[in-house]
Amino acid sequence: MMMNALDFLSHAFVQKALIAGSFIAVLCSTLGVFLVLRRLSLIGDGLAHVTFGSIAVGLFFKSSPVYVAVPIVMLSSLGILKLIEKARLYGDAAIGIVSSLGIAAGVLMASIAGGFNVDLFSYLFGNILSISIEEVIASIVLSIILITVILLFYQELLSVTFDEESAKASGVNTERINSILVLLTALTVVLAMKMVGIMLVSALLIIPSVTALQMARSFKSTMFIAAIAGVLSVVLGICISFVADLPTGATIVLLNILFFVCAFIYKTLR
Amino acid sequence: MPVEVISVDGLSFQYNAVDVLADISFDLSEGGYMGLVGPNGSGKTTLIKLLLGFQKPTKGAVKLFGYDPAGFQDWYKIGYLPQKIVSFNPNFPATVKEIVALGLISRKKLPKRSRRADKLAVGHAMELMDISDIKNELIGELSGGQQQRALIAKAIVSEPELLILDEPTTAIDPETREKFFSLLKELNEQKKVTIIIITHDTGTIGKYASKLLYLDKKIIFYGSFEAFCVSREMSDYFGEYSQHLICHRHDVINQ
Repeated sequence: MMMNALDFLSHAFVQKALIAGSFIAVLCSTLGVFLVLRRLSLIGDGLAHVTFGSIAVGLFFKSSPVYVAVPIVMLSSLGILKLIEKARLYGDAAIGIVSSLGIAAGVLMASIAGGFNVDLFSYLFGNILSISIEEVIASIVLSIILITVILLFYQELLSVTFDEESAKASGVNTERINSILVLLTALTVVLAMKMVGIMLVSALLIIPSVTALQMARSFKSTMFIAAIAGVLSVVLGICISFVADLPTGATIVLLNILFFVCAFIYKTLR
Repeated sequence: MPVEVISVDGLSFQYNAVDVLADISFDLSEGGYMGLVGPNGSGKTTLIKLLLGFQKPTKGAVKLFGYDPAGFQDWYKIGYLPQKIVSFNPNFPATVKEIVALGLISRKKLPKRSRRADKLAVGHAMELMDISDIKNELIGELSGGQQQRALIAKAIVSEPELLILDEPTTAIDPETREKFFSLLKELNEQKKVTIIIITHDTGTIGKYASKLLYLDKKIIFYGSFEAFCVSREMSDYFGEYSQHLICHRHDVINQ
């Protein structure tokens, strides 16, 4: 009986989805801890909207949407940072401006092109089960590179996240670290959009982190629990959505919220 | 000849065309201990930010160990404790041990791994501040006084040559405050650590610091506490009665 239930795991497309999804989940969750604590939770959402605009531009010019999206989203992430630092805007306001610009550009492009039918829709909601072997490899390689960057700058990221002023007085180049953080987020958003879609990408950045924050007893354990919660939600989400014939992205997000509720109850009862 | 750790020459700073600091000049030599006092809004914290290069002066110059702060590289020489209220996220999910270890970041090169010597230094700093028993507690779950002691341990863990502390004894009980000031005195006298402390408590800092800088957008007084107590400028500024109260309290503390 159990053998039959797990038969779907023998499908190559399910295996590809599980492998790529797990790597991306670890990346999103660990990065998300820094974003949530910096009160930049919604940067993922804002950059996802920019990705939407960039995909529309890519589709309009019949180029590869991802190749168009990567530089535009990276530049937008730095734009958010500059708006915060130079124009002295609050983070949410800066994200709001860039996010609106992304959506407006996307809608405008779609309107001029007379609609993009199913293509744009697939990027909006994602479909990890249709991921190609090249995309799996790209996801693994990029995730490993980005996670290595996070580990390499872990002390600086932690220091700037705790207190930017003290970090400066310790010789940390805070502007560089902030740029690294938003650029990592930009690349992660573009990478993750194939899995859960533009609409839900920020959920993977935020929810595993806030789940971990309910339970963690140190910063390292926060990162670890966030990664576990992210991977579990992706693996279980893919399996449940396949068996129950549900949309994968939405299932992953709902599982994440379930984990958060459990963690919150655990914290309350502890 | 003593090395000038800090040298400030004709420093002025304006914010939105309003004078925050005007024509500030002073030197602080190696082993100096300066209390930076003055009323709220007098520019004390702004002066510290200018010393550390967080803000650029409108006029004048600052030298930190002989260098312009913008080009200063030896940040391991500095231990800094910012004003707690504006800088601290009370829900931060890090342990006391993790926070104190952040004070060592300036001494490390990439990849910044924790070494045995770092663990010993962190342990020693926590012992000095009497927080070893709470090293695995989350900093956000501690009392204000315990949090402040953890942040002081973070500032001193790298054995800095210059300690800059912005209202360090806020929320600390009197017993720990005395212990803390004794520790600073020890660091100052035995290890020649140069110290700048911002405080509102002129009487208490007068007991420990070798120099007082009284600031109110400009320097009102710069000299020893003894000179402060007989200073004509200060009696004109405070009124003789208030000046006497501050200095009398100093005598009581000394007894």
